[in-house]
Amino acid sequence: MADHRSKLATIVRQHEPQILSEWIDLLAKAGGRGAVERAEVEAHARSFVRLLADAMQADDSGGIDGPEWTKVRDMLTTLSSSRARQGSSPTETATFILSFKQPLFTHLQDEYRADAEGLARELWTATLLLDKLGLLTTEIFLKSRDAVIMRQQREMLELSTPVVALWEGILAVPLIGTLDSERTQVVMESLLQRIVDTGASIAIIDITGVPTVDTLVAQHLLKTVGAARLMGAECIISGIRPQIAQTIVHLGVDLGNVATKATLADALVLALGRVGAAVTRTVPRA
Amino acid sequence: MPAVREEMLDVRSDEDVVRVRQITRRWAVGLGFSLVDQTKIVTAASELARNTLIHGGGGSTRIEELRDGSRHGLRLTFEDKGPGIADVPQALRDGYTTGSGLGLGLGGARRLSSEFDIVSAAGQGTRVRITRWK
Amino acid sequence: MLDGKPPAERIPILKLGEFLLVTIQVEMHDRLVMTLQDELTHQIVRHRARGVLIDISALEIVDSFIGRALGNIANMSRILDAETVVVGMRPAVAITLVELGLNLDGVRTALNAEKGMALIRRSLGPAGGLDAGGS
Repeated sequence: MADHRSKLATIVRQHEPQILSEWIDLLAKAGGRGAVERAEVEAHARSFVRLLADAMQADDSGGIDGPEWTKVRDMLTTLSSSRARQGSSPTETATFILSFKQPLFTHLQDEYRADAEGLARELWTATLLLDKLGLLTTEIFLKSRDAVIMRQQREMLELSTPVVALWEGILAVPLIGTLDSERTQVVMESLLQRIVDTGASIAIIDITGVPTVDTLVAQHLLKTVGAARLMGAECIISGIRPQIAQTIVHLGVDLGNVATKATLADALVLALGRVGAAVTRTVPRA
Repeated sequence: MPAVREEMLDVRSDEDVVRVRQITRRWAVGLGFSLVDQTKIVTAASELARNTLIHGGGGSTRIEELRDGSRHGLRLTFEDKGPGIADVPQALRDGYTTGSGLGLGLGGARRLSSEFDIVSAAGQGTRVRITRWK
Repeated sequence: MLDGKPPAERIPILKLGEFLLVTIQVEMHDRLVMTLQDELTHQIVRHRARGVLIDISALEIVDSFIGRALGNIANMSRILDAETVVVGMRPAVAITLVELGLNLDGVRTALNAEKGMALIRRSLGPAGGLDAGGS
């Protein structure tokens, strides 16, 4: 009875130098927009071929989830993530794997010249395996890209939530845009860190730029006020437009004992009073 | 979801609750969680470990590192063979600022975690599982 | 036991004039928290303290148990005619506490010990006549 066990691993190992150089040539020709140097590609290719042969030797079930495939998956994860960060496209990254089929199949044909059935079997096994690995890289790539996007969003959030030191001991946080839970986390972290850095005892949270205040937004505001308070800073909420005031009352939102002022200017005057300062006019109005 | 690695801890004394905190923090730091996220999961762990001790009569904590593609997570499972919770929804709603009472800290632990689930019934012990993804 | 160090069994309470200063520098297990509560109440009476400063700048987490204990200490001190201020809460802890839903109502807070003492002095008024000794 013919031995139907896959000889993929053996074939790859035996013909490694040729398979490798054919593959690298293919990859170089495919080029790509990404800034991936040829040397780096060669290194990745070499590493992949070795790890692939090892994994296929240890596990020829056709799956790629077993512990024998951990090193391959790890290598592809690192590769995809870094490609994502460098700005390659998902296609380029998957092509890296899928283009391996060509040199592999060429050598499989040589090996199974006299055995059409064997060739069909091996081609099938190889293609299934490489497709799975190609899909894996795409998945990882997309997840990494998501992570990059999220990080960039967070950085934008931080930039758009500046904490301003208005006066000694008085900070102001002008909020622009909706206050969702993600934003609230960023605001709290920035505000609290500034409180520690400046020793501020008052934080004015201006919501002029917040379009709507519903129960959720109010909760987020109160959370922020609560956190600042735990750090020993009292908050004043300013920039409450008439519509917002109406909404707050209609929704039955309880702002507790947080001081509120219609404008940032009014809030500043109140804050100055609390820290023991006052504003005096030295030049009479014209 | 299979865990990459795990550790089991006994929860049978006050010192064990402290140990759960310390080991959870060690794992969270190792996984590269932000400081705020570390604090959240360690605090949640403290609440749940205490519940296991006080209301469950003692039990165990399992800490696991999870991997989902390129995403890393920390999962903690608190298990006891105590009296169990008869009314779980109520326990999740109960106040945590009022004195003693069953389910204190459950709602809080849920709020501090990415995922939360609880299995419990009167006379059937309790199992609470929380996960924090990075 | 972690790192070969046994958990501390007492938290030292320092007397600074009419203030009591407690600096928490270790991981506290629940029994230790209760011991602290007990000790503080006794010390407030013994020294007729008017102010209690609890420095939690070394605490990496404050859970509901510790939070409630701080609240209890504040309430008990008030009954004994002393003001309590908790100082030095870390930002990550504050953010976690509000997420937990524990707002420590009735517990006054300040950024550091210096501001904490100023706060207590202010609330005790000029008639308080505080002598903060070696501060």
